[in-house]
Amino acid sequence: MAQTDTTEHVGLARVLGPAHVWALGVGIVLVGEYMGWNFAVGKGGAYAALMACWFAGILYTCVAMIDSEVTSTVAAAGGQYTQAKHIVGPLMAFNVGLYLVFAYTMLEAANAITVGFLVDTVATMSGHEGGLDQRPFIILAIMFLAWLNYRGVLATLTFNLVITAIAFTAIIILFLSTSGILGVGEMNHAALMSGQAAMPYGWLGVLAAMHFGLWYYLGIEGTTQAAEEVRSPARALPFGTLAGVMTLAIAATLTWYVCAGLMPWEYLGQSGVPLFDAARLSGSTFLMVLLGIGTLFATLASANGCINDASRAWFAMGRDKYLPGWFGAVHPKYRTPYRAIIFLVPIALIFALGAPLDQVITFSILSGLLEYTFMPLNIILFRRKWPLDTIKRGYEHPFHPLPAMVLLGLCGLAFFAVFLGYGTQLVAMIVFYIVVSLWFHFWRYRFVNRGAQFTMPWPKPRGY
Amino acid sequence: MDLWDVLELAAWGASALFGLFIVIDWIRTDSTYSEDMLTSSREGELEAMTEESHRG
Repeated sequence: MAQTDTTEHVGLARVLGPAHVWALGVGIVLVGEYMGWNFAVGKGGAYAALMACWFAGILYTCVAMIDSEVTSTVAAAGGQYTQAKHIVGPLMAFNVGLYLVFAYTMLEAANAITVGFLVDTVATMSGHEGGLDQRPFIILAIMFLAWLNYRGVLATLTFNLVITAIAFTAIIILFLSTSGILGVGEMNHAALMSGQAAMPYGWLGVLAAMHFGLWYYLGIEGTTQAAEEVRSPARALPFGTLAGVMTLAIAATLTWYVCAGLMPWEYLGQSGVPLFDAARLSGSTFLMVLLGIGTLFATLASANGCINDASRAWFAMGRDKYLPGWFGAVHPKYRTPYRAIIFLVPIALIFALGAPLDQVITFSILSGLLEYTFMPLNIILFRRKWPLDTIKRGYEHPFHPLPAMVLLGLCGLAFFAVFLGYGTQLVAMIVFYIVVSLWFHFWRYRFVNRGAQFTMPWPKPRGY
Repeated sequence: MDLWDVLELAAWGASALFGLFIVIDWIRTDSTYSEDMLTSSREGELEAMTEESHRG
């Protein structure tokens, strides 16, 4: 092997700012406003979807606050995996790392499937006959974004910033155009949400809607994966994450308002692309094209962010030898975790081309939910082992331990809601994580860099 | 063959190009640099608050 190294060391490039962090978090999530959230309407009606929206908003505000505090201190790639490693222990870290990789890779596959569906829809609308082969467009979405991620994080997240901003602006323009602020108002909430339509399945419907309420925000915690690549983690991560969750709360509420005011709940609850349908109902060609572009951009931004986050988690686990150390390599020119990016491409392709969309999404949500359940335990242990006067934090979240307790309670409720609709998948997923935990404990842990993995210059934890 | 049939073929071709670029660069990188250098990244070396992490 040729030895042409000019340096003996290579690491990830620290080039990102708060706007990139925002673009990473919001970019992953915004597709949930364009599609998916509306299944909550199908479960319990429009009011149930609004309650789910704000209920999930509280859950994710807790997630963002907790994440911001811990990540501004544990500023390393791997996000919650690295947090778990330093604060809880190796087995928890291994599980959290897998939650992250599964949640993001499955979401990436779901987004690629959606790209194929969108291209097919446009082809049909433009008069193409005989159906379209969606596979080349699904593969192209994954390959293009993998290539972009491979070539460097700055270009990747700048691309995300641009397309996410366009997708978010499209929602604002749709709201302004249809609500009566600009032009004639077309909202019809009173007629569409009265009588039986108000809460068609009562409070049980509200509970069942919670599952899909997560869609409004699912993935905002992914901002932590940029920790090792931002110029100022202590400032950029809390700022980007908290600005992101506020952006999503606004986008979610506006999305609900526009869609619930234009479509009856029976239709909205089954729509594949509710915001695009709302634009079509407005009768404006401009809005239809804008929201069509917004849907495509939101989908691409989500897949792009997912590749970024899944590869960082896989890379960090490889670097610590939780997985083969081969995955812990950094590209000397592009400064990206290139082997982790390459390894996850075929996995995303297999799921995108071979698995049904609803199953792929369900496994993504379940992995995310397991990750959120870990967070309150993590922050409680963090504050107990390293109280505020022992480690300087970039951000200290208020009212501790109230957000942790609220998050834990909401996670329990969300698990119950998921169990109502996807009990088998939930049990299968938990069995899977138990099996891989046994494998890690009895086999893989012997290869872990036990001494080298704890890198934070912290004092000894209280009580040890 | 209409525009969409052409776009299908273009998508296959572009996917192959992106894949080819990644694989060629991957092989070239792995054969040019030593494994020790490629895996030399260490967590915490970029820690932002290293010198300020202890308050008391």
